[in-house]
Amino acid sequence: MMSETQSSRVEVLKAVGITKVYRSGTVAVDALKGVDLALYEREIVALLGASGSGKSTLLNILGGLDLPTDGRLFYRGRELSALSDAGLTEFRRRHVGFVFQFYNLVPSLTARENVALVTEIAEDAMTPEEALDRVGLASRMDHFPAELSGGEQQRVAIARAIAKRPDILLCDEPTGALDSKTGVTVLEAIVEVNRTLGTTTALITHNVAIRRIADRVIYMADGEIARAEENADRLAPAEVSW
Amino acid sequence: MRALDLKLVRDLRHIWIQSLAIALVLACGVMVLILSSGTQRSLSETREAYYERNRFADVFASLTRAPRSLLDDIARIDGVARVEGRVVFTAMVNLEGMTEPASARVISLPQTGRAILNVPEVRQGRLPEPGHASEVAISEPFAQANGLEPGDHFRAVLNGRLKELVVTGLVLSPEYIYTIGAGAMMPDDRHFGLIWMGESAAAAATDLEGAFNDLSLTLSRGADERPVIAAIDRILAPYGGTGAFGRDRQASNVFIDGELKQLGAMATVLPPIFLIVSAFLVNMVLGRLVALDRAQIGLFKAVGYSTRAIAVHYLKMTIGIGIAGVAIGWLSGWWLGHELTKIYADFFRFPWLIYRPGAGSLVISGVLGIGCVVLGALRAVLSTVRLAPTVAMQPPAPPVFQRGWLDGVSLALRLRQTTMMILRSIVRWPGRAAVTLFGVSGSVAVLVASFFTFDAIDIIMLEIFEHANRQDATLTLTSAVNARAEQDALALPGVLSAEGIFAVPVRLINGTRSRLVSLQGRPPEARLAVLLDEKGETVAMPSSGIVLAEGLADWLDVGAGDPLRVEVLSPPRETWDIPVSAVIRQSLGQDAFIDRDAFFRLARQAPQVNMIHLAIDRNALTELEARVQETPAIAGFTLWTNVQKEFETTLNESLVTMTIIFAALGMLITIGVVYNAARIQLAERAHELASLRVLGFRRGEVGYVLVAEQMLLTLIAIPAGWLGGYALCALMAQGFSTEVVSIPLVVTQRTFAAAALIVIFTALTSALLVRRRLDRIDIVSALKQKE
Ligand SMILES: Nc1ncnc2c1ncn2[C@@H]1O[C@H](COP(=O)(O)OP(=O)(O)OP(=O)(O)O)[C@@H](O)[C@H]1O
Ligand SMILES: [Mg+2]
Repeated sequence: MMSETQSSRVEVLKAVGITKVYRSGTVAVDALKGVDLALYEREIVALLGASGSGKSTLLNILGGLDLPTDGRLFYRGRELSALSDAGLTEFRRRHVGFVFQFYNLVPSLTARENVALVTEIAEDAMTPEEALDRVGLASRMDHFPAELSGGEQQRVAIARAIAKRPDILLCDEPTGALDSKTGVTVLEAIVEVNRTLGTTTALITHNVAIRRIADRVIYMADGEIARAEENADRLAPAEVSW
Repeated sequence: MRALDLKLVRDLRHIWIQSLAIALVLACGVMVLILSSGTQRSLSETREAYYERNRFADVFASLTRAPRSLLDDIARIDGVARVEGRVVFTAMVNLEGMTEPASARVISLPQTGRAILNVPEVRQGRLPEPGHASEVAISEPFAQANGLEPGDHFRAVLNGRLKELVVTGLVLSPEYIYTIGAGAMMPDDRHFGLIWMGESAAAAATDLEGAFNDLSLTLSRGADERPVIAAIDRILAPYGGTGAFGRDRQASNVFIDGELKQLGAMATVLPPIFLIVSAFLVNMVLGRLVALDRAQIGLFKAVGYSTRAIAVHYLKMTIGIGIAGVAIGWLSGWWLGHELTKIYADFFRFPWLIYRPGAGSLVISGVLGIGCVVLGALRAVLSTVRLAPTVAMQPPAPPVFQRGWLDGVSLALRLRQTTMMILRSIVRWPGRAAVTLFGVSGSVAVLVASFFTFDAIDIIMLEIFEHANRQDATLTLTSAVNARAEQDALALPGVLSAEGIFAVPVRLINGTRSRLVSLQGRPPEARLAVLLDEKGETVAMPSSGIVLAEGLADWLDVGAGDPLRVEVLSPPRETWDIPVSAVIRQSLGQDAFIDRDAFFRLARQAPQVNMIHLAIDRNALTELEARVQETPAIAGFTLWTNVQKEFETTLNESLVTMTIIFAALGMLITIGVVYNAARIQLAERAHELASLRVLGFRRGEVGYVLVAEQMLLTLIAIPAGWLGGYALCALMAQGFSTEVVSIPLVVTQRTFAAAALIVIFTALTSALLVRRRLDRIDIVSALKQKE
């Protein structure tokens, strides 16, 4: 299914035969049933699929938050699935930014401080001010999360995720809790980061319209990749609406 | 089971470690209360019963010699019930295989063979038969320390003649529950004992046939002892009476009084700390639980449960914790009290033991314990339970954080954001921080107070054995002799220097206050036994006036410069008005001192001595001991290294155990507070901490947020704990000071440091224990739980 141009591009993350089984007591849930997937440099990938199809599970495994039951995972050729918890932590610390549906900001820290949380421990980070500027929040830096709107909070979360100039940005329904207009500003921030920093971005969404801002769209069903398609004509976030 | 009760059981099961921690802190308070008041009560009831059964006298007096017919006059004094005249004297004892001299107090038994008062309790064998001059009963501790049994023989110097005696029995006496030899400070069962001997034999040994030199009597019910004592002093004056005194001056009884006072102090000083901390802990833990249950509370109310029913539900839970704490406290207090009472019974030589912690202390501790936790819960519960159902069902307003002075601090110190999280959390929930601060500082305070006992003992030991008493040995003479005896003592083998003391019983009177004490006339420029001031520095004996120990001066309500009436109760038997020239510190005992020459100038006599302090060459000790034993003029020989050894072992047995127990209790407070606070933090911030892990924070870095908050609070609490500890020490020094021992309020840096280090270590361990739970948290599922 992959075209020539794709296979010649550099693979950032590569998953081979990933499975994930959740066991609770005697019941076992096969959340992932053998997923093969590669994410390439600079691309935006949208992950779509019904609820319970395994999108979040896959994303968490790709980002080193969770371990696959079976299968192998590579980051630029280095095997991640062999790493210990400490090794995965280092991987996340250096290379991965996460954005979730609920923003997971630290309530006791201001926007600037939430970003500083990450820049303090990263090696080649931008300043919190720069990161917040990139998501258009330069004027609200000293507000606590409780004093920001949902969209603003999500943009702080994005600033926090990209401030360390990660290689990979993983977003799990970043607009899920937002209205369409606010969602667009958040998507714009993500696309802008992808454009200027070249961050490989994977984005889970339930919103079919949003898929059109991605280079590639991967459809999941029942723990497997059902199909993937290229997006020849990417739209700007402002052009999609829902 | 009703639904609410089912919920109660489940909730308790969920927070059982935290509940247990609270229950244990509460149990500590209850335990100390039961332990100390129970022991106090048991000890005092045992003593009471012993006194009653063995007819312990109410008034005592010694004299030189009076005819037995005088006893009838005494019996006629108003208020006197029964009278007994005895012959009592000190004899050197010669034991097989013991080179150092030992002495014993010989006490006569009436011809009838049955003592009227102070009846010896036969433990083994029998009392001596009247008329069998060589038969004696000896005190059980002395027998045990020297391996003597009924049927054994030993020799004693009676009236200058060495006499073979046979042991018929081992006995204990209510008069010598606590036995101290002449010139000693602590019981030394090996070198000092009691010997009961038929009256005729005792009288023959002292040329007191038909006479007595020791008087004891009981008072009729309700009689006042003061007029009786005055009457006896009048009657005995011509016979060399040295002043009658009541039980309040009877050595053994005074000592036990002191111990009872100390137990009482323990029962009042320590328990409140534990009770208050447990109340705070309940408030903290239950407050959190109720906050979590907020939506459920709204639901319960919506379906028709009353505010009362819901409040009662949470209080039931608290009472459950309270009951557990009280029960643990009762059981451990009962058991430890029993052990402690046994130790005391052993130490004090009671023939038997009544262990009966009163129902009173059980009830009081139970009510206090449960009351405290309920009080702690009430506030936490009421604030939420009172909410209207619709309000309660909504999530609580998110915590509001504010910019403020902290931001400046953060900028100036370039603090990390994780540190900022800690600071904002403390500032945002000051009540919770206050509980930790209070608990940890209470813990430090209890530890400081525990270790203070060692400081106090060190100082007392240093004062007694290094500073105040530099003599190696003390000779007690059979009677007062001319001060030239100092020269004779210098001629004894190995004696380097000698200092003659004249000790005489006096009654000190200031207005209505009076006290019978021993007045020591010390030679001018004394170098062996010296006086110390409040700071522990040596002070010279003023050449005139009388010097008083601090406690004695307080009791008489006099200070330096005040006049004091001194009634000398043995020759020259005069009454003088002398100014108090100085007040000094004396750790052990409360005596009065005077310049020996000044004393005899007042008495218009040549200086005399009846005790001689010696500095000796230890190489010649055996030779000296041998000479002492064959010198009839010497009634006792005290070796100060022995005194010190006895002192140390006595203290080590009881005090070290107590201190360890209290230190453990102190640590328990920290565990209870820090563990609970950290658990609550973990529960409330699991989501936040998990999101840090997502950002790539290492386990240690996330653990830092949890642990460092507790440690920061611990560090802040320590200075406060030091202050509180010092205050506790002051209370203890006061509560534990008795007529026998006066506790100096000196807390060393070692004590402060040890308390702080132990608390830091304990807090760190408790916090790390919770951190382990943090490590086990699954990041992904923690993130899913949107609070
Ligand atoms: N911790 C868990 N324990 C047991 N089963 C789990 C766990 N997490 C996920 N699952 C199951 O794994 C499957 C995949 O879940 P996942 O969260 O990846 O779905 P999703 O595609 O992200 O769905 P949604 O769009 O609703 O977020 C589901 O059937 C879910 O029930
Ligand atoms: Mg999902």
